[in-house]
Amino acid sequence: MHPALSVILLTTLIGVAQGLFLALYAIDLGASLDLIDRPVTAFFVAGAALSVLLCGLGLLASFWHLGRPERAWRAATMWRTSWLSREVIVLPAFTASVFAYGFASAIGSPLALWIGLLAVVFCIGLFVCTGMIYACLKFLQEWASPLTLINYFLLGCASGFNLATLLAALLAPRFTEPLAVWAIGFTTVALVVRATMLARNARLRPISTVQSAIGVKHPKVQQKSQGAMGGSFNTREFFHGRSPGFLRSVKWAFLVFAFPVPAVLVWLGATEDAVLVLAAAFVVQYAGLLAERWFFFAQANHPQNLYYQAIS
Amino acid sequence: MTQLALVIDLNVCVGCHACVTSCKEWNTSGVAGFLSDENPYDKDPTGTFFNRVQTYEVGEFPCTETVHFPKSCLHCEDPPCVPVCPTGASYKRKEDGIVLVDYDKCIGCKYCAWACPYGAREIDEKQQVMKKCTLCVDRIYDQAIPEAQRKPACVTACPTNARLYGDIHDENSEVSVAIRERGGYALMPEWGTQPANHYLPRRKGVVAIDADQVSRIDSPLNVDGKVPGTLAALIAEAQAMADRPAGGR
Repeated sequence: MHPALSVILLTTLIGVAQGLFLALYAIDLGASLDLIDRPVTAFFVAGAALSVLLCGLGLLASFWHLGRPERAWRAATMWRTSWLSREVIVLPAFTASVFAYGFASAIGSPLALWIGLLAVVFCIGLFVCTGMIYACLKFLQEWASPLTLINYFLLGCASGFNLATLLAALLAPRFTEPLAVWAIGFTTVALVVRATMLARNARLRPISTVQSAIGVKHPKVQQKSQGAMGGSFNTREFFHGRSPGFLRSVKWAFLVFAFPVPAVLVWLGATEDAVLVLAAAFVVQYAGLLAERWFFFAQANHPQNLYYQAIS
Repeated sequence: MTQLALVIDLNVCVGCHACVTSCKEWNTSGVAGFLSDENPYDKDPTGTFFNRVQTYEVGEFPCTETVHFPKSCLHCEDPPCVPVCPTGASYKRKEDGIVLVDYDKCIGCKYCAWACPYGAREIDEKQQVMKKCTLCVDRIYDQAIPEAQRKPACVTACPTNARLYGDIHDENSEVSVAIRERGGYALMPEWGTQPANHYLPRRKGVVAIDADQVSRIDSPLNVDGKVPGTLAALIAEAQAMADRPAGGR
């Protein structure tokens, strides 16, 4: 597939927003149950505001993906069958509930915890919707796996808790270290899952072949022309157009910059109490995630490509 | 239930692209608006088409065979592109099984194109909506044109009659008989999409015939009690009867 920058930005930005919110709520819940001390209100308000901002940016990126953004409201109609439609409903619902949670926290309302619980439901729902958009396409074998959902969830939590660690260093230093531990934990588990995905995808054998594509049962079938010389939507949308070497480089780049490097930086930043190092940890991990998402799309091999192997 | 479809005979398709140009001509001039092109007379021309003819080489030189392969939307009976559409712009008509896109509802998210394993959908780069074969829905029901022409434009254009059109749920239709009796098959059956369009396979020029198929078992020249002979034996027998002197009886 051709990786679209709009979708890469959407999925990574809302992932951070979701993970950040889960971190806030975990602390809020722990404090409410008297398990831990309560940080300053500003921590929750700023965190919720940041989460809403990231969702807004993600939403903006998603509009950029549409050919007809002025009709985007129509995308909420087919929620009975379409995971994309469900995401279109759940994303604003999550954003609105996080906004309400931030507002309730700011005014000290006892309802904040309950609104937050609703936001948690929307948050998990959003992870499921985003993952299922890709995992439900069964002939895109690289995506059609529960690992796709788990990966979206873990990477969202890893980057979100990473950002929460930075936020804590600024507003609630007492929580920097515990959040750092969680961020590193999520990053580590995410690496294991992503490596499992890579191993699974490397072993995949395509179910469709040129023989099943044109229905000629001969071991040697070679395309000679695709019916157009100057390319078509089919050649632009479904091919990344990069060399295998480039793909390999991106893979190693995200394996290094989305996982071990930010984990080490988060640890250093939290133990040394260095805000700049924590900021660098988040920026590096987000950049790594952009590469991860690019690779996620580029690696998916669409069976329609079997019809576009030779120009003429 | 009706399921309109095309049955394409790969044995007679000569790869002339008449179906492609006829399709483009009809569908770029229709009520639904043009099918946009970019650089049509320049370097790297590209544009929106509902139908393409591709060419494949089967076998290894010198034992090769050229297969021309027309490719358009297969109007699947279980179309994976329809349920994924977030707006309901993609739909399958109950009355005739045609899969269509409502260009006024499409938001151009391209998700349906991702969900089609055949690559049958192409976005119109100017109008930014998804387009695909409509089976000439604006033509096949048009009472203003002669009944013989109420077929998809590609079907009427085909000079070798490689494209058959009809209802595959009607067991006596031309297309159903062709699928049944000439080995019609579906593309990528592994995904369970149940394409309505079928393809008829290439056939070899060699015909296997048994000896008893060329001799007439019920020949009036056969003599009772004798096993029916080969054609040569029958001819010899007939020759012998003709050679008998006249009035010898």
